[in-house]
Amino acid sequence: MFSINCPYCKESRDQNEFSPAGEAFVARPENPEALSDEEWADYVFYRTNHKGDHWEQWVHTSGCRKYFLVKRSTITHEVIEEATFAEVYSEKIS
Amino acid sequence: MQKKYSWYSLLKAGLANQDWDKAIPSSKPKSKYDVIIIGGGGHGLATAYYLAKECGITNVAVVEKGYIGGGNTGRNTTIIRSNYLRDEASSLYEHSMRLWEGLSEDLNFNVMFSQRGVYNLGHTLQDMRDIERRVNANVLNGVDAVVVDHKEIKEQIPIINTSKNVRYPIMGASFQARAGVARHDGVAWGFTRAASHLGVDIIQNCEVIDIEVEGGRVKGVKTTQGDIMADRVGCVSAGHSSVIARMAGLRLPVESHPLQAFVSEAMKPILHTVVMSNAVHGYVSQSDKGDLVIGAGIDGYNSYAQRGSAKIVEHCAAAILELFPIFSRVRMNRQWGGIVDVCPDACPVISPTKIEGLYFNCGWGTGGFKATPGSGNVFAHTIAQDKQHDLAVPFHIDRFTTGALIDEHGAAGVAH
Repeated sequence: MFSINCPYCKESRDQNEFSPAGEAFVARPENPEALSDEEWADYVFYRTNHKGDHWEQWVHTSGCRKYFLVKRSTITHEVIEEATFAEVYSEKIS
Repeated sequence: MQKKYSWYSLLKAGLANQDWDKAIPSSKPKSKYDVIIIGGGGHGLATAYYLAKECGITNVAVVEKGYIGGGNTGRNTTIIRSNYLRDEASSLYEHSMRLWEGLSEDLNFNVMFSQRGVYNLGHTLQDMRDIERRVNANVLNGVDAVVVDHKEIKEQIPIINTSKNVRYPIMGASFQARAGVARHDGVAWGFTRAASHLGVDIIQNCEVIDIEVEGGRVKGVKTTQGDIMADRVGCVSAGHSSVIARMAGLRLPVESHPLQAFVSEAMKPILHTVVMSNAVHGYVSQSDKGDLVIGAGIDGYNSYAQRGSAKIVEHCAAAILELFPIFSRVRMNRQWGGIVDVCPDACPVISPTKIEGLYFNCGWGTGGFKATPGSGNVFAHTIAQDKQHDLAVPFHIDRFTTGALIDEHGAAGVAH
């Protein structure tokens, strides 16, 4: 059990209110037609399944219903950081 | 080390002040083996056992980072069945079931395999249609299965709630009479002892920290007890498969999740069979010791923490109480979690990899225990011949590239 601070609601709420929505930064390929079968399989099925601090997507199911990003330890479940997509991607671009 | 358990050895040691020999020797790693198995869980130990017994490869090491029986083998709810829908899966699980049926004798160790039957409940019309389809598929594949209605279930299990005035009334079930449970620790110890007798080194407290690869070939492993060389390495490390794969620069189509279970205080016999329900998500049996063994589902998030969320346990307990209101005052004794590696199609990967001599047996997800002997058997042949065992062929990792997935979410959908 852990709490997540929703970056939209700006409130720390019980994990039960949220649903996990998979590993973060798995971007849909811009031109799927150009991919080999291996590259497509990697996008659809293969994951890093990282042991340690892991960026993942969560959705505030029982709250604002918005998707956002959470950096969480898969060893201790400690939530390290929450951010909106806009925040993370603008940081990445700059 | 005692060579063989028998009524004579029981009498002799019993008369001689309980003078029992150590059942499992402790080994230190040699510098080189023919085959290294990473992971001393049930599947890894079974792999080593069948390598030695059926493939003539006895120069084998099983390296285990913890202790034997301390991982998922000692954490599951011990249900064994083979009533899977797809031909590929049911052949593999039925192969395993046949090995279970002679396992205690084969290992010379009582694994307490008890074929007490498994009911998979249906609560909606669609559930019942799926159950009929699965039972028909089972019968065509030579797996014993019947459809039973709610009256028959009530006759067999008088304490079950078959009232129509509940949220998910029981409409019927599939029943596999040859299914059942076994003592999970006994399975780990039995395979360990039998494999040791055949010359396999079981090395505990030995964590693999790196895999040596040279020119696309595996050379050996680095461990906390030193380097060990081998031309062939089999990885059977369940929840940590992705971690091991990364050491060799590989990615896997699995994600690790916590799966929880809990047991009650010991009681007099009240439930003589195994009851599972996909729809309300819970499964329960009573162990020979008398405690109710109850299994819940997985948490949706990734984890390596061997613990899950309370809401999963609560959800499962609610389901069990609706099925068995009589259990409402039973006190629970212990609750725990294990880390399972789940494949997108709910089927395992038993496969060679891009690296020569490196094999993976992973992705069993929530239901690997029942496959322990079968998984080890086909994996041993796959490693020994450097060619997949016939039953393992559909479980090649390439199926995620070719698209030939084996969709078992229907039969394996409930964590078990």
